[in-house]
Amino acid sequence: MLNSDAFSGALLRASPLTITRRVIGALVLRELLTRYGRNNIGFLWLFVEPMLFTLVITAFWAATRTIHGSDIPIVAFALTGYSSLIMWRNMGNRCIDALRSNLPLLYHRQVRVIDVYLSRLTLEFMAASTSFVTLALALYAMQWIPAPENALQVAGGWFLLAWFGAGLGLILGGLSEKSQVVGKLWPPFSYLLMPLSGVAFIADALPPKLQQIVLWLPMLNALEYLREGWFGSAMHAHYDIPYVVVFNLVMMLVGLSLVRQVGINTGEE
Amino acid sequence: MITLQNVSKDYPTSAGPRRILSNINLTIEPGQHVGILGRNGAGKSTLVRLISGAEPPTLGTIERTMSVSWPLAFSGGVHSGLTGTDNVRFICRIYGVDFQPRLEFVKEFSELGIYMNEPVVTYSSGMRARLAFAISMTIDFDCYLIDEVLAVGDARFRERCRVELFEKRKDKAMLIVSHSHRYLQGTCDRFLLFREGSIEEYDDFREVYFQYKELLGEGFASREQMMHEMKQANG
Repeated sequence: MLNSDAFSGALLRASPLTITRRVIGALVLRELLTRYGRNNIGFLWLFVEPMLFTLVITAFWAATRTIHGSDIPIVAFALTGYSSLIMWRNMGNRCIDALRSNLPLLYHRQVRVIDVYLSRLTLEFMAASTSFVTLALALYAMQWIPAPENALQVAGGWFLLAWFGAGLGLILGGLSEKSQVVGKLWPPFSYLLMPLSGVAFIADALPPKLQQIVLWLPMLNALEYLREGWFGSAMHAHYDIPYVVVFNLVMMLVGLSLVRQVGINTGEE
Repeated sequence: MITLQNVSKDYPTSAGPRRILSNINLTIEPGQHVGILGRNGAGKSTLVRLISGAEPPTLGTIERTMSVSWPLAFSGGVHSGLTGTDNVRFICRIYGVDFQPRLEFVKEFSELGIYMNEPVVTYSSGMRARLAFAISMTIDFDCYLIDEVLAVGDARFRERCRVELFEKRKDKAMLIVSHSHRYLQGTCDRFLLFREGSIEEYDDFREVYFQYKELLGEGFASREQMMHEMKQANG
């Protein structure tokens, strides 16, 4: 009989940072396993799925020559637009009801409410980024898209979008624990936001009035910045980065406060 | 040490908030075994949840200088979409401990055999309880929370749980919720009786059990009568 007496040295009193890192790592792996299992290609689906989405849209636009109002190569245009959309949309969607299905986890002293959300956000960010980078490299290798003119600016735009997605996820996650209605209302609302956030157009191609309105959307600003980094010489970008940063900061604060309230109110099982 | 100071807990109901625990003060020292009695819905499990940290109190503070387990054999902590092995792996990851020796232990103790590699959703409730208990034993805590643990498994498995918990870990602090007098009598040195949201503390099991039975409406005519009946039940 094996002995359980020797089981000590658990990280029960490690530093908060070490514990958080471990917990988020464990939650990410657990989420991967429950979502994709060990069948066929397993958790490769994590980024194959968004890659397929992006490829289909890209192929469709390239085939139909959908008008987007600029000289930008259509493949690069679709790749940047759709990858960005997938990232912030999935980050938001995946946080809805995230805690409700994971309440028993809170019995472990190590796991905090915020960890559940952070792990989902990490996972979606990894998925979208891997998909984006893999597709970009593959398409570049096939000479379908040019290399970015300013890779750093592309990365900057990408992180601004991820930051927005994280704030959005925390807000939706927090609200969805307060009221189930959020999970029902968000999908139709997100369908309204999607076409407006620059997936299929650049701001410069819009009539000035409409342009002024849609540029209130931080996702569009960040995407314009990202696209300028990729093929700036082929377009005239419109964006206001300080505005995006302030918007993201406010969302982040609201999101964190909502998640904190969830932590205080949980537990009517 | 675990210290509860002026702890109250409300739950929302459609008729407004309902106070389940009211102004609880309690200190649990290392190594103490505390038995908890009370009617269904009196707040026993709520207290366990508060001490485990799964829920914060509505009022008051809870201070822990000991590491506290999750409620033992609590199947809710086992993810049903994952295999038994993956559940062990997950727990080892969160607590930052070696996986391999613990997997061996869980395999052996739970006697799940090849089912360790099947999703928990395919387990019977007995198998699930065996897995949950075995996983609970892989992390070394200062204080164990035990909510009706011996309700699981068959007699042989219950005996092995008893050895694992009350012999090998008898130096650890424990908080034990149970309706079984045989179970509490031999194990605990302090007793808490829940009555309308507050707790009464007793050192003597006979006294707490007498009060408890009275609370249930099954009271004994006298303490002598109770001793006589308990002796018969044990004999």
